[in-house]
Amino acid sequence: MIYLDNAATSWPKPEVVYQAMNNFMRQVGASPGRSGHRLSIEAGRVVYETRESLARLFNIDDPLRIIFTSNATEALNVAINGVLRPGDHAITSSMEHNSVMRPLRALQERGVELTVVSCSKEGFLDPGGIEKAIKPNTRLIVLNHASNVVGTLLPVIEVGAIARRHGVLFCVDAAQSAGAYPLDVSFMKVDLLAFTGHKSLFGPQGTGGLYIRQGVEDVVEPLMHGGTGSRSDSEHQPDFLPDKYESGTPNTVGLAGLGAGVQFVLSQGVDALREKEEKVMYLLIEGLGAIPGVTLYGSGDAREQVAVLSFNIAGIASSEVAMRLEEEYDILCRPGLQCAPIAHKTLGTFPGGTVRVSPGYFTTEDEADIVLRAVCNIASMGKGIGL
Amino acid sequence: MVLFHSISGALRAEKLLKAEGVPLKMIPVPRHLSSDCGICIRFERADELKVEGILGRSKLEIQGIHQI
Ligand SMILES: Cc1ncc(COP(=O)(O)O)c(C=O)c1O
Repeated sequence: MIYLDNAATSWPKPEVVYQAMNNFMRQVGASPGRSGHRLSIEAGRVVYETRESLARLFNIDDPLRIIFTSNATEALNVAINGVLRPGDHAITSSMEHNSVMRPLRALQERGVELTVVSCSKEGFLDPGGIEKAIKPNTRLIVLNHASNVVGTLLPVIEVGAIARRHGVLFCVDAAQSAGAYPLDVSFMKVDLLAFTGHKSLFGPQGTGGLYIRQGVEDVVEPLMHGGTGSRSDSEHQPDFLPDKYESGTPNTVGLAGLGAGVQFVLSQGVDALREKEEKVMYLLIEGLGAIPGVTLYGSGDAREQVAVLSFNIAGIASSEVAMRLEEEYDILCRPGLQCAPIAHKTLGTFPGGTVRVSPGYFTTEDEADIVLRAVCNIASMGKGIGL
Repeated sequence: MVLFHSISGALRAEKLLKAEGVPLKMIPVPRHLSSDCGICIRFERADELKVEGILGRSKLEIQGIHQI
């Protein structure tokens, strides 16, 4: 089997991730930050170590400015719903995932103004377009760092500088880039960074988080209120981080796995991980681009994107291509719209979508060759064969 | 001994102090004191200034330092 759906969830995971989760379940197991006994303290340490590793990866001074959520979607909802009020104006791009678009569209129905700045049909964004869209009531700019459809990178450094200059909050959706591309919150001037644990950070599903810059928490309402293990004498939510946004018993076993995954990323180095994936991506881009009847979308340059690639074969629906890749070649990928209808409208692939292949750390160059041969066969056989 | 608002804060302090070689122990808060999170760090009185300095530099908010 060849697993090419790492953009949805990376799999398999490094061995250390399985070990950390197994070890936590068997040896620690307790609820962190709730009781004073040694297993509870040890569970708290596991969670803290994960926070600290992430802080190192994203160049965050204070690990307590990272709050844990169950995925990037929840983190984006905290940021977007926590900041925007009726009468506020928000700006985003036409390459977003529905985890950004749907919270914004829902708020639009409740009196928030929204501007969607168009990207090119390769998925690139002109930062000047963002600056032009800023108005006196603009509160928030939300952008994905790397597209989950074509892997193209948006100019977050330029937009970060623009946002800071205009006093507008800047939220980055790093679901596809965290662990896969260098990220530095202070260099990028990011106020809110949403990430997910189960993609290029190699954690399990059900982990993710949000970095909140110092002081920004004053204008971000929590999504949930509840028990935190702190200030137990008060019936009101604590105002300090991370407790303000971390109500309820966390996914500690998941965070143990995420911690091991982030340690793995730190020990390998993001640049080395990227170089490895770039080699496979280069083969796929060159190879797919040379097959008659295949259309590739996105930048067409492995250096300008993360390891996500979209294509179509003329005359065959993306879902049928994916089905044949699985049934005839045991290759697993993702067809359709990948939760990003607006990105497909930008690329000109709506509503049919694309075949998305996303290699990962464990994908080899030999596997890339097998994929190329499979796509070549399907393209040359054309529509309808095998039905 | 130093008290904290949250376990996350206490755990961050534990690492910072250990990194500077301060002998310490993380213990449940004694009954006559009350802390927000139930956990505190016990250290030698002689290290008090050093501890205050390290925590002050880290801008970590603490609930207070008490003698026992
Ligand atoms: C760009 C982007 N944003 C947000 C998400 C949502 O992540 P999660 O499903 O972990 O909430 C994903 C992936 O699914 C994504 O690719």
